[in-house]
Amino acid sequence: MSGAAGERVFARIGVVAIDREQLLHVAHLARLELREGELERLQGQLNDILEAVSKVSELDLSDVPPTSHPLDVANVWEDDEPRPCLTAEEALANAPEREGDFFKVPPGGAA
Amino acid sequence: MIDTLRLTAEEAKRLLEAREISGAELFAAYRAAIDDRDEELHCYLHLCDDPGGDGLPIALKDVIGTKGIPTTAGSKILDGYLPVYDSTVVERLKAHGLRILGKTNTDEFAMGSSTENSAFGPSHNPWDPSRVPGGSGGGSAAAVTAGLAPWALGSDTGGSIKQPSALCGNVGLRPTYGTVSRYGIVAFASSLDQVGPVARTVRDCAFLYSIIAGRDRSDTTTVELPQPVELPHAEDVRGLRIGVPRELNEADGIEPGVAAAVQAAIARLEELGAEVGECSLPLSVEYGLPCYYLIAPAEASANLARYDGVRYGYRAAAEERLEMYERTREEGFGDEPKRRIMVGTYALSAGYYDAYYGQAQKVRTVIKREHDALFETFDALVSPTSPCVAFPLGARTADPIAMYLCDLLTIPSCMAGLPGLNVPCGLSEGLPVGLQLIGPQFAENTLFRIGHALEQAIGFDPVPERLR
Repeated sequence: MSGAAGERVFARIGVVAIDREQLLHVAHLARLELREGELERLQGQLNDILEAVSKVSELDLSDVPPTSHPLDVANVWEDDEPRPCLTAEEALANAPEREGDFFKVPPGGAA
Repeated sequence: MIDTLRLTAEEAKRLLEAREISGAELFAAYRAAIDDRDEELHCYLHLCDDPGGDGLPIALKDVIGTKGIPTTAGSKILDGYLPVYDSTVVERLKAHGLRILGKTNTDEFAMGSSTENSAFGPSHNPWDPSRVPGGSGGGSAAAVTAGLAPWALGSDTGGSIKQPSALCGNVGLRPTYGTVSRYGIVAFASSLDQVGPVARTVRDCAFLYSIIAGRDRSDTTTVELPQPVELPHAEDVRGLRIGVPRELNEADGIEPGVAAAVQAAIARLEELGAEVGECSLPLSVEYGLPCYYLIAPAEASANLARYDGVRYGYRAAAEERLEMYERTREEGFGDEPKRRIMVGTYALSAGYYDAYYGQAQKVRTVIKREHDALFETFDALVSPTSPCVAFPLGARTADPIAMYLCDLLTIPSCMAGLPGLNVPCGLSEGLPVGLQLIGPQFAENTLFRIGHALEQAIGFDPVPERLR
């Protein structure tokens, strides 16, 4: 499929391009340490993608309710009874590092 | 001599029950085929030893959690991870005696349409190894076509079962959302992810679906099937009304050879007794893809937050905790998960939520309503599954949006939670063309019936010419 077909499907409408500062902010929210080079490449691709998906804003849907789930299911209730669950040993089996029954992580740093 | 290229699961089951072959012989036959052909095709990421018994072998996409068997989701960040419990679908397979042959290749976290996003290298199409098998479940689809498994499980978020089945020339079902448990499956986009069967025939596909479907108390989004799965046998489709949505059949980018094969199959459905009528999905196709590429990355950015180097998977060396998180994720994730995490995080961030994610959820309602309205007139809808046949490796990797367009025709029905079945309907340029059947929620039996009748009428040879 050509780029031209892509443009027709994902119509280009004006959106504010994401700048380097915003990109770094989003990367921090997502806890991704982007490298130089990667940052520039991602900035271009992200702008293309965001421009493409912002096509959804063409429609006036103020009266339409959102769908978060495709089935009409309401709350599902279960009796509050204990069931078998993972042992501490199983839960820790894949830990990169542990100390006793704890996952061990490096200290400090914000959240 | 067991010909794994032609043996259906149904026939294998009959041979086992009649004791004409042993379970060990059957498993060994697939292992021999894997030894023979998988070096070239790279369908498997991990092979399992025969656990014994007389059940049928099966391959599992590597997003399906298997106790004590590596489960990587095609990602370096899960390299070495050994689940400590079985997913519900695996429990159900084991309860039926099925034996796991191995774990199949996938785009990283099932994000992709070619398997080229796998951290462990791409799989190759059995019809032409210079081409992709589709994705994300390219490993499962290629394994079934190449006789490296009688059948397999895949997972589908926006087309990851149907599209590779189309490109490899076999049968794949994306079930109605909520009919198959997601417990123990590596999550990508939870309101869209569905596990489903890949097989060589519609009957095998239906049988495998009957094993895995049904409510699971460990996944509260699951429901009981309103009626049991029926193995299709009728050779006609009399009394069924089949709609041909214009936008799904005439979209820009559908290759002429694909359109021709699908049109011929639609004519065949009329000969088989279906009432065929044109119809329209004016907004679903136009807005489906942008809607999907907001909702799926938004949900993915939340689901992939768990990969932080603390409890399992890869951890990068670092002095401080925040640095450890960021470096682990930087080194552990490949380009596509990073792109989607970034898009999703942005779309969910303060000030943008309503304009992007909130609006996309409303578009989703529009898509659902458009489909619901058509099912007042039609029992099923038909279109090509993929706009193109299998494309050469590398042809779309430089442009993420070109890759996203592979799912143009499969995405709208996924957004509405509808079941979709891919059935091979012919060749274009010597490569398989897939036909997509879409039904209302829980109409799998109707899709199986139409698919089976069409399969019998067309007589598509599922064995790639170069392997015959």
